[in-house]
Amino acid sequence: MRKRQNNIFAGIDWILVLFFIVLIFLGWINIYAASVTNTSGEILDFSTRYGKQIQWIGLSLVLIIIIISIDAKFYERFSGVFYIASMLSLAGLFVFGTSVNGATSWYNLGFSSIQPSEFSKVATALALANFLNEPNRDLSNFKTQLSTFLILLIPAVLITLQPDAGSALIYFSLIFVLYREGLPAYYLIIGFLAIFLFLITLTLGFKSSIIIIFSLITLLIVYLLNTKKFHLNREWPKVLILYAVIGFFLFSVDYVFNNIFEQRHRDRFSIVLGENSDTKGIGYNTNQSMITIGSGGLTGKGFLEGDRTQGSFVPEQDTDYIFSTVGEEWGFIGSSAVIIIFIAFILRIIRVAERQKSKFSRVFGYSIATIFFFHFMINIGMVIGLLPTIGIPLPFFSYGGSSLWGFTILLFIFIRLDADRTYEW
Amino acid sequence: MEKKHLAYFSILLVGLLLIIRLFYIQIIDTKYKPSPLNNSAIAVKYDYPERGFIYDRNGVLIVANQPSYDIMIVPRDVKPLDTLEFCRLLKISKKDFLKKYKKSRIYSPRIPSVFLAQLSKNDYAYLQEKMYKYKGFFIQKRTLRQYPLKSAANVLGYIGEVNNALLSKNSYYQQGELIGINGVEKQYEEALRGVKGVKFIQRNRFNKEIGPYKGGVYDTLATVGKDVTITLDIKLQKYAEDLMANKRGGIVAIEPSTGEILSLVSSPTYDPNLLVGRERSKNYTRLFLDKDNNPLYDRSLLAQYPPGSPFKIINALIALQEQVITTETPFYCHGGFRYGRSSKAFMKCHCGTHGAPVKLDKGIYKSCNSYFANTYKKIIEKYPTSSEGMKVWSDHVKSFGLGNFLNNDLSTGVKGIVPDENLYNRFYPNFKWGASTTISNAIGQGEILTTPIQLANMTAIVANKGLYYTPHIIKKIDNKPIKIDKFTTPKRTTIDSKYFPPIIEGMFHVIENPGGTARWSRVEGIEICGKTGTAENSHGQDHSIFVAFAPKDNPKIAIAVFVENGYWGSRWAGPIATLMIEKYLNGQTNRPREEKRMYEGSLQDEYDKQLLKIALEKETK
Repeated sequence: MRKRQNNIFAGIDWILVLFFIVLIFLGWINIYAASVTNTSGEILDFSTRYGKQIQWIGLSLVLIIIIISIDAKFYERFSGVFYIASMLSLAGLFVFGTSVNGATSWYNLGFSSIQPSEFSKVATALALANFLNEPNRDLSNFKTQLSTFLILLIPAVLITLQPDAGSALIYFSLIFVLYREGLPAYYLIIGFLAIFLFLITLTLGFKSSIIIIFSLITLLIVYLLNTKKFHLNREWPKVLILYAVIGFFLFSVDYVFNNIFEQRHRDRFSIVLGENSDTKGIGYNTNQSMITIGSGGLTGKGFLEGDRTQGSFVPEQDTDYIFSTVGEEWGFIGSSAVIIIFIAFILRIIRVAERQKSKFSRVFGYSIATIFFFHFMINIGMVIGLLPTIGIPLPFFSYGGSSLWGFTILLFIFIRLDADRTYEW
Repeated sequence: MEKKHLAYFSILLVGLLLIIRLFYIQIIDTKYKPSPLNNSAIAVKYDYPERGFIYDRNGVLIVANQPSYDIMIVPRDVKPLDTLEFCRLLKISKKDFLKKYKKSRIYSPRIPSVFLAQLSKNDYAYLQEKMYKYKGFFIQKRTLRQYPLKSAANVLGYIGEVNNALLSKNSYYQQGELIGINGVEKQYEEALRGVKGVKFIQRNRFNKEIGPYKGGVYDTLATVGKDVTITLDIKLQKYAEDLMANKRGGIVAIEPSTGEILSLVSSPTYDPNLLVGRERSKNYTRLFLDKDNNPLYDRSLLAQYPPGSPFKIINALIALQEQVITTETPFYCHGGFRYGRSSKAFMKCHCGTHGAPVKLDKGIYKSCNSYFANTYKKIIEKYPTSSEGMKVWSDHVKSFGLGNFLNNDLSTGVKGIVPDENLYNRFYPNFKWGASTTISNAIGQGEILTTPIQLANMTAIVANKGLYYTPHIIKKIDNKPIKIDKFTTPKRTTIDSKYFPPIIEGMFHVIENPGGTARWSRVEGIEICGKTGTAENSHGQDHSIFVAFAPKDNPKIAIAVFVENGYWGSRWAGPIATLMIEKYLNGQTNRPREEKRMYEGSLQDEYDKQLLKIALEKETK
């Protein structure tokens, strides 16, 4: 059709490809460190985790070639099909799936297992981009809002039911993309306020927090009254509603936390809020991972020299807790470098997204930036004890074929879209 | 475009937050940096070196080692096991098993501790085959003490498990490890034990050991314990112990020219091999509960006796120094000394001089009470007040090392008592006391109390004509002679050396003069200077005391012998002291009859009588 087909690599953003290569390389090195044993032999020993990961990486190269070879238009046109297929695959888990660690998130294919939720991110991002690409979509319109929320809500609910709340969270994060595309800011503000009030209630308890919050609002009203822009005799119903809504919210958070949450959920929060320092039971993972990272010091213990990594003290160290290996063996310098690389990578995606002429490509770009960013933030935040234990992988670092492929597909579809940005379709 | 910048800003902010957090846990907060010792990723294994041997002054091996095997436990690693079989192999009951398991669990689930100590060689051989079945248990080889000569238990001390108080104070020791508890084993623990080796072993979270930690760079090799040579002459010690058979008391022999302790005997004693191995605690309890014989009580260091007549030597020296008498000053004795108006105020004397003038020499060899009562009175009354006189006297006495610790290297000791003016001012607050009130001091009775080692040291002082070296037990560590200032610098008494020869002469006559109190202990060919003593004892028969040194010129040995309830000095203490001198100087005795009498003589009747008397006294109360 077009000249480009002579050379599928024309227009490729090599910076993003370079980031991809660096992250994959660093990730594999750390998986090697976390899973190598004295008895294991060569690098291509497929019975080991690092050997398998090499396999996944090799196969992802094939995937990349395929993705790059396909016309960008294809992704847009078939996004609906992808979306429906992937929702079906999520729903199918409840019938055909196998359970690992209590979550029915896997299809067992005999030779390997596949986690469809990793791929449904791609499908959802494509569907979202496609939906918003229609000319008359206006996110300040309530009907549009409802439809877009539905696109995100379906996979989120299906995944929550597995149950895999961590992965589901990623779909909610796509609200930030909607904001970029015109969703009114108060959705975000209300969201943030709710999170803030939620945390306040958990840390201070219902009574103290309601006193503090109500005093703050009262002070604000007194201040507004002084500026003469606000008249109580006109606005009092709103003020009353504000008090009532906040009071009710605080009460329900307290109620939900204490009566509806299970103890394991409460424990996860209380550990991060510093109320619970149980280092043997529920806090074991986080505590071990923090000790492991802390023991790395400034420069780290060196590649394969991490005694806590070699001793496998951190559970899931080659998957969700892979970053603790970086912290122990490469120290503050190494782990900061990884964070900087990730930040630069995400910023690069946003930059590339911003230069897209097509709305489809831009929305998709922002979606993958958001997905990468939230995986990165939640995963590392959890490993270093800033966030509750939410098990989601660190892109390109964590061991696992499905997640590696999922992230690879996300990135290279975007690279494909970007390579074709000069063409009007 | 504002929204784009907001996105950039938020992402950078999150990145910054994560880096700050990393900086905090990796650089600032130290609680995330465990030391290799309490890092759960690392197993610590100890390699116990062999404890040093102990030799006597002539190079005779006194304390050696024998291998022993401990069953160790790491409670965390224990897997369900056939308890019945295991208990049968270890010869313990199931109840014991649970008790021991619980104890080790309380100590630490992670650090190995001793589950069952000191298996016999046979048990070990049998058990070793089956150990693989019992996860969490392993066998640790250690060495146990062995005493080929079965002697000097009180000097050598013993080793036992380190107690909790010490565990918390000294980080070197782990629960179940052995430490010297008494005697030389305790005093020279650090030299004898060596330094245990440490191996750090990397393990995974299943506690499986996966190789040396960091290639073994932190591992240390065990340093073998150093051999220790002590000043004891084990042949003399053993001889003295045998002579003291069935008699209670203490003997201390010192080399006057160095202060080296040649023997340190406490009787009754016990076989040191009893406090070794699995039977240790049973035997210890048995010895501990034997309150009649009290074998664990070191009489040579702890028993405080009135010194009796040997103390007259000091009074004589003080009197000469204070120039209240000369060697020619005569006193007269009519069967005793009257020190007050009442008929009871009379100190009897059995010197048998019947009013003939008694001068210093005779005073000593006849041990005339009257002579020394007069002498003592002159010392105290030289000064305007009794307090001043008593202070001068007391200071002189204390300069002989009496009434205080000798600051030696023995693990135990007591001060004894030397009365002074303060003591008497307390005793008689409203009463004008004087020489007559305290006249018992003249003959070593009354308030004054000394231990055998103090009296032996006093004898060495006379032998040295006024100076002494602090008695000590250490001679060499690792075959290198030990030079410790406090043992090699002589200490002087307050008595000028010129006053000693007449006293020595008197002591010589105690044995040589036909009228001497110990003439029956004379040894052909050895010039022995001695002094008998008979100390009154409120509980029963008098104690038999003898101090001596020999030869008269250039003395090689100074000795003090206390035999409890031994009637009088020359009956038991005299022969024992002179036999020991003979043995030490000549290697053998030419008085086999005397030797036999000592071997076979028993004072058990006397002790039984005394026990009965005390029991009766209790009942009447």
